[in-house]
Amino acid sequence: MSSQRLPTRAGELIDRSTSLSFTWNGRSFSGHEGDTIASALAAAGVEVFSRGMKYHRRRGILTADHWDPNLSVQVGDEPNVRAGSRRLVDGMQVSAQNAWPSLRWDLGTANQLVGRFLSAGFYYKTFMRPQFLWHNLYQRILRKFAPGGRVHWKTGTHGDYDKRYAHPDVLVAGGGPAGMAAALSAAEAGASVMLVEQEPELGGHLRWGGPDDLTVLADLREALYSTPGIEVLCDSIVTGRYDHNWVAVMQRSHPVVPERLIKARVGSLVVAPGLVERPYVFAGNDIPGVMLAGAVRRLINLWAVKPGSRAVVLSANAEGDAAVADLESAGVAVIAVLDARAGEDIVQVRGRGRVASVQTGDGRTLKADLLVTATGWSAPTSLLNMAGDRPVYDKVAARYFPQSLPDNVLATGGIEGDGSTAELAAHGRETGALAAQRALRLRHERRTQTARSVRPESTPPASVPDNRIPLRRSPHPECYRSTTHGLVDYSEDISSKDLIQAAGEGFDSIELMKRYTTVTMGPGQGKLETVNAAAVLAEVRALDLADIGTTVWRPPFSPVSLGALAGRIFEPVRRSALQDWHEANGATNLLAGQWVRPDHYGDPMAEATNVRENVGLIDVTPLGKLDLRGPDVANLLNLVYVNRWQKLEVGRVRYGAMVTEDGVVSDDGVTGRLADDHYLMTTTSSGAGAVWEMLEDWLQTYRPDWEVHVTPVTGGLTSINVAGPRSRDLLERLVEDVDLSADAFPYFSVRTGTVSGVQDCIIWRIGFTGELSYEIHVPSGYSLHVWESLVSSGSDLGVAPFGIEAQRILRLEKGHYIVGQDTDGLSKAPTAGLGGLVKLDKADTIGLPELRAAFERTDLPVLVGLQPDDPTIVPEEACQIVAAGSNEILGRVTSSRMSPTLERSICLAQVDPSLASAGTSVTVKLVDGRRITATVQEHHAHVDPEGARQRV
Amino acid sequence: MIVVPCPNCGPRNSSDLRNAGEVVARPDPATTSLTEWRSYLYLRENPAGWVTETWYCRSGCRRYFTIERNTSTNEIRESESS
Ligand SMILES: [Zn+2]
Repeated sequence: MSSQRLPTRAGELIDRSTSLSFTWNGRSFSGHEGDTIASALAAAGVEVFSRGMKYHRRRGILTADHWDPNLSVQVGDEPNVRAGSRRLVDGMQVSAQNAWPSLRWDLGTANQLVGRFLSAGFYYKTFMRPQFLWHNLYQRILRKFAPGGRVHWKTGTHGDYDKRYAHPDVLVAGGGPAGMAAALSAAEAGASVMLVEQEPELGGHLRWGGPDDLTVLADLREALYSTPGIEVLCDSIVTGRYDHNWVAVMQRSHPVVPERLIKARVGSLVVAPGLVERPYVFAGNDIPGVMLAGAVRRLINLWAVKPGSRAVVLSANAEGDAAVADLESAGVAVIAVLDARAGEDIVQVRGRGRVASVQTGDGRTLKADLLVTATGWSAPTSLLNMAGDRPVYDKVAARYFPQSLPDNVLATGGIEGDGSTAELAAHGRETGALAAQRALRLRHERRTQTARSVRPESTPPASVPDNRIPLRRSPHPECYRSTTHGLVDYSEDISSKDLIQAAGEGFDSIELMKRYTTVTMGPGQGKLETVNAAAVLAEVRALDLADIGTTVWRPPFSPVSLGALAGRIFEPVRRSALQDWHEANGATNLLAGQWVRPDHYGDPMAEATNVRENVGLIDVTPLGKLDLRGPDVANLLNLVYVNRWQKLEVGRVRYGAMVTEDGVVSDDGVTGRLADDHYLMTTTSSGAGAVWEMLEDWLQTYRPDWEVHVTPVTGGLTSINVAGPRSRDLLERLVEDVDLSADAFPYFSVRTGTVSGVQDCIIWRIGFTGELSYEIHVPSGYSLHVWESLVSSGSDLGVAPFGIEAQRILRLEKGHYIVGQDTDGLSKAPTAGLGGLVKLDKADTIGLPELRAAFERTDLPVLVGLQPDDPTIVPEEACQIVAAGSNEILGRVTSSRMSPTLERSICLAQVDPSLASAGTSVTVKLVDGRRITATVQEHHAHVDPEGARQRV
Repeated sequence: MIVVPCPNCGPRNSSDLRNAGEVVARPDPATTSLTEWRSYLYLRENPAGWVTETWYCRSGCRRYFTIERNTSTNEIRESESS
């Protein structure tokens, strides 16, 4: 391999004073700052970069840009890097993909010999049967041949990915002459502008143009960077446009994070992606040395790389003519130029690993190592399609054009038409001004829609009609396929012959053909392939290309890394005011929803026993708490709970359960009446938000006539449960103005009082644990003081904190069900045992008709207390209860623990009604497959079913 | 992600709100039949076109409001019942 680097070119991007070392398949190379991976390798004489997916033929540079289907490489542990656009970095370890065992000796080339197995629809035909071969053979072997790079299973993250929200008035997708001009004029009109360019530098095709182009580029760039209000993002791609101009930008140019997903709400989207050059279909069109005109122009002018020695050029347009001039200036011998406009053509290319000869349409065979084609353009209309457009084929210009766009999406540049650099820039300027005008009107409209104390006085910017002078459409010959067959899809190794065969088999609509053959489904997603595929189909069906249609372009426009989509997680964490104390005192935390809370303080069984014997403290702040005020609170409670609430007296609390309109148990908790018009409702910890939203819904949309204010106070009040036979003794030492005696403060009552000097604490006497217990709701700012007072005042009483795990044990001993654990999304009120609570004769309750229906049914599962006959076995939660002699499912264990009080395993379970009566023996299938027997209990409660302990 | 105009907070990303669904009349639970009740629960018009629906400004002012939205185009206009 010899150096192909040319003397200095006027517009070259490389900095020759730098030297970057990197490896390619283990061998050392060097390049310059500004090189792409591909240009550095090509400068060093490398000609083969990859292997085709199916036939594993050698592949070289085709387009020398982001869309080059032959230039996917592995860089370190990053797969599928596009070597045509990724800039070289010192120390890169680059290797070829899709070659096994090596790029030079590739076993897959044998596939060429069995090509018939790999023709159209081969996935469907070959791998359907016999099915046992899937795992044993197809899957393992195919994986070796599968295209794409590898992620090592030990791969770490590539740093933190990030996300950003942006709200530019105008977002311009594409930084060529039209896009740059549009960004400029939009900013001059007062719009905030984001200009996004997929290459690392602005300029589009001006970059590889002549001196005039370079001058225009320098001027535009200078103006852009000196005009305020324009944010330029290079090496970034607009990957999608969604409703209401929600635009996704994948930014690769961020100085810190590898990729950042920008979610932009855009006033006007200007689509200026330029054009993508189309390959030509002929025999041998995948042999290294077959390049597009744009590729040789980029290699020569941007990276000073000589693409070959003896060239044949097939030209249908000015780009091809310019390529001829560039080749000659680079010292490449152009031995023939075939003018497609005059009907000249090439038929095929021959060579092994490199072009050796070109056969022309007039029968000549020319020795050459480079064939350059300039046969036309594809309009990358993806963003327009995403905005609802169905671009239309123009036979005269031989490409697709936009048809109709919403007002907030505008197109400019090559996608709109042809013109000189000045004409393209002029169209861009007009488009930018129009885009700005529309965006500023929208901005004004949105601002005046938002309620404010002072309404903006300004009048909206005037509406401007679209008076842009359209770009012309230059005639271009329809060059899609020669008289021979060649590749249509380089990524998927699909030839025109495969497509014709597919059409013959009946897959003769473009969408069917796409799915059957996988044409356009590779990494390029059809940028190069779609129009050629449609053209081949048009040819087979003897239709005009315009009548074939194209496949739908969906997001993303370009592949997106999963890391960027995931980004950083911003999930808030909630901590009670006591959490620091818990952590300083040995708590092991668990995450429950957003709340971090103590699971235990070392020994949950001992914590539970201490509650049964002495007194324990638990921080239950995550319990949802809603402050309800107003004359209609009782009406609201009566509506949302299944039981009755009209007669709850001041100073009393009541348990309530809620169902949704379909009768499924949704939440439960205790609500107390603090004053005539003042209640405190508690909900489950996980249901706090949902219940609040639900109450607001009923109040706002169903009974707006009711006067109720709902205020969430979950975090504002720290909730402390003091539980155990000595809880009253402890509280009597700290509570000043409430008589705690059993007669004065009975079970299910509420008092407001002073605890350890803190006024306005709400104390209610309830018992989730089954012991005498008080729940104190303390203003959170003072709660640490109250907690510490409880701890220090009760040392002689054996006071100790307990965590969630101990509470779960205690409540299971007591048989209290947990909504969402012991019930599920199908559990109706009878299942949860709410028969005594539900009042069916109310005028209105959420879900009332379903409640009525449910209580007439006899087939609903029943929640029961259950004890394994072997007391040492604790069946895992969710173990199935099955029929004795089969695997017929008859229920499941919903909660299970070892009970420290009973020293045996205890459960709650949902069972078929036939198994629900006390004493029934059921079979529980354990996770390891063993089957054990267990006995249904009379009560849910395993400990103190009469409730004597909590009523003292 | 569409933009939904809250009467209080102005136009907001729909992720700031919750779509509470098509507006349907709730039968009187005291007199309804189970069939009528279940069509209230489960049956929606779901047209390709204009639908009156409720949104909840869950990350903003907590207001429930109704708008009309074209399900084909996501065009939004004020609802008479808002
Ligand atoms: Zn709002």
